[in-house]
Amino acid sequence: MLEVINLKSRVGDTEILRGLSLSVNAGEVHAIMGPNGSGKSTLAQVIAGNDDYVVTGGEVIYKGNNLLDLKPEERAREGIFLGFQYPVEIPGVNNAYLLKAAVNAKRKHQGLGDVDAFEFLKLAREKMAVLGMDPKFLNRGVNEGFSGGEKKRNEILQMAMLEPSLAILDETDSGLDIDALKAVAEGVNKLRHPDRAIVLVTHYQRMLDYVEPDFVHVLSEGKIVRSGDKTLALELEEKGYEWVREAANG
Amino acid sequence: MTSENIESLVNRRYEHGFVTDIATESLPPGLDEGVVRAISARKNEPEFMLEWRLQAYRQWLEMREPKWAHVHYPPIDFNSISYYAAPISDDDRPKSLDEVDPKLLETYEKLGIPLHERAKLAGVAVDAVFDSVSVATTFKEKLFEVGVIFCSFSEAVREHSDLVQKYLGSVVPRRDNFYAALNSAVFSDGSFVYIPKGVRCPMELSTYFRINAANTGQFERTLIIADEGSHVSYLEGCTAPMRDENQLHAAVVELIALEGAEIKYSTVQNWYPGDENGVGGIYNFVTKRGDCRGDNSKISWTQVETGSAITWKYPSCILRGDNSVGEFYSVAVVNNMQQADTGTKMIHIGANTRSTIVSKGISAGRAQNVYRGLVKVMPQAHGARNHTQCDSLLIGKECGAHTFPYMEIKNPSAKIEHEATTSKISADQLFYCRQRGISEEDAVNLIVNGFCREVFKELPMEFAVEAQALLNVSLEGAVG
Repeated sequence: MLEVINLKSRVGDTEILRGLSLSVNAGEVHAIMGPNGSGKSTLAQVIAGNDDYVVTGGEVIYKGNNLLDLKPEERAREGIFLGFQYPVEIPGVNNAYLLKAAVNAKRKHQGLGDVDAFEFLKLAREKMAVLGMDPKFLNRGVNEGFSGGEKKRNEILQMAMLEPSLAILDETDSGLDIDALKAVAEGVNKLRHPDRAIVLVTHYQRMLDYVEPDFVHVLSEGKIVRSGDKTLALELEEKGYEWVREAANG
Repeated sequence: MTSENIESLVNRRYEHGFVTDIATESLPPGLDEGVVRAISARKNEPEFMLEWRLQAYRQWLEMREPKWAHVHYPPIDFNSISYYAAPISDDDRPKSLDEVDPKLLETYEKLGIPLHERAKLAGVAVDAVFDSVSVATTFKEKLFEVGVIFCSFSEAVREHSDLVQKYLGSVVPRRDNFYAALNSAVFSDGSFVYIPKGVRCPMELSTYFRINAANTGQFERTLIIADEGSHVSYLEGCTAPMRDENQLHAAVVELIALEGAEIKYSTVQNWYPGDENGVGGIYNFVTKRGDCRGDNSKISWTQVETGSAITWKYPSCILRGDNSVGEFYSVAVVNNMQQADTGTKMIHIGANTRSTIVSKGISAGRAQNVYRGLVKVMPQAHGARNHTQCDSLLIGKECGAHTFPYMEIKNPSAKIEHEATTSKISADQLFYCRQRGISEEDAVNLIVNGFCREVFKELPMEFAVEAQALLNVSLEGAVG
């Protein structure tokens, strides 16, 4: 589904990704770990199409096409979802309204008509129940005055409604208490599907106790320095990132 | 040349337009007493009205154009303007929508203007517009049943001169300001509303207005009187860009709410703003004021301003009656080279008077947006309260937002709150929306509409929907 080949990217004058390669297939859950500044979030942003991040080399192939040619909204409509580390507030814009606009943008792209308003509400309420969200959230401004945990649940709600092919969750676990973490993890697990790939970007092992990855990759200085199965995450937890850095340099 | 011809030439200024009996003729440019008399005569006005106009004209001569607003434009030559522009002859109008600029039609489509109104708005010859007359007649009958008077200002001057004489100029005196004085001398037409005691007007006075009184000329005069315990909601203007040949518009609106009465006045202004370089475009210099004359009365202004090259407008409330309430909800959008200096004045005179101001200014392109507001609490206004919220949103790097709040508080028991924010549509907000599949332009619209929500919810329902669409059209091309 996703083929990242020797990807290089910079923000401003700083080179962040320095030849990163990664292959993700449908049905797989990948965890990308690594110390602060190793390029985890940059990878997520580049795949989503944030133009603050300049691609200076390499390729990204998604469903057989060159992803880097597409605008962010086109990537989204093609099924790429980014769960933001810091979801932004949009005051006055009704949460349900944004969600519906997003769902309809995708449906239009697929040649479908607008979603039925009642169906939409019913579906949204169901998904919110799973995530332990109060239905009142639908009528609040997008992320306006939400707590950290509420914002992250809201991201998962959007993901659940949009049913992406490739979901990248950028530190969705950070700043969550244990209940919120479990709810978010359950939301993610419900979306595991043979047709869907999930990439979890995370700093800690904690999330992986609840969402079991098929592959774990460790990023350091803009490259993947180790890949393995879930045991790699445990090993990392035990030995710390210094161990990976040494391994990479040695 | 015959002697008759010479005579008519000499007397041209006085006689033009009412001696020559051609209904479609405009007066030549320029302003003097003769022009004022000619306008009054053409409208068959009673003596008092002519006298009133003439006094206004003499007062205007002694006044100077105001220069304090934060707007810039070349000097206006008041003698180059024609003060009585006759309606455009049907021969010069498009015969059907097929002859109308497709761009205009496209805009109507985007705004969701009902089909049967499009022709009228596009200036198609009246006889080509189906059914608008009968619709108007139905409304008029319905209003007549409950005793509501709703007619053109000219008609009111002739048919309801007692009411006009009693209330005209009682809120905005002739010499209130330069443009109000000019309007008082030469006003073309406008609307008159009287709601009798205890009557709740059975409909929004909007649908009717939109179909019938859209073309009221450049010096519009409106007078609305809500008698004791009555209620009226009035909607002025139209979301559709209106065809207009006159550059200077100077309207006066006066509202009077007697004891326990309520007036809700909503405006959508979308005059031609000029092109992206600021060429052309309407100058809109308006005086709007409401007088809460009776106790427990309420006047609420809601405005959505997207048009005009220059807007100079401060719908205000004089809170004279005890416990009276004044409200001002405003969205002002400027794009390209537009300039807006707009806001409100809340004058607290009665005890326990309350006022609310919510102003949302949006600037894009190289446009400049000014909020200018006065909250004045007189010594006798015990327990007066005001809450002002003034938010500015900037789109792009070349536009500006300015806030000039004035407060004059002469009673120590007053409670006054002022909140102000300035924000930008952030790259993060745009990217967030785009990552959810929403195009950049739709994302801007979404964010802007969210910003204006508090004001839009004050608009009559079907109009709120149109106003949102209007904002989207106004900001087209503002990003990217």
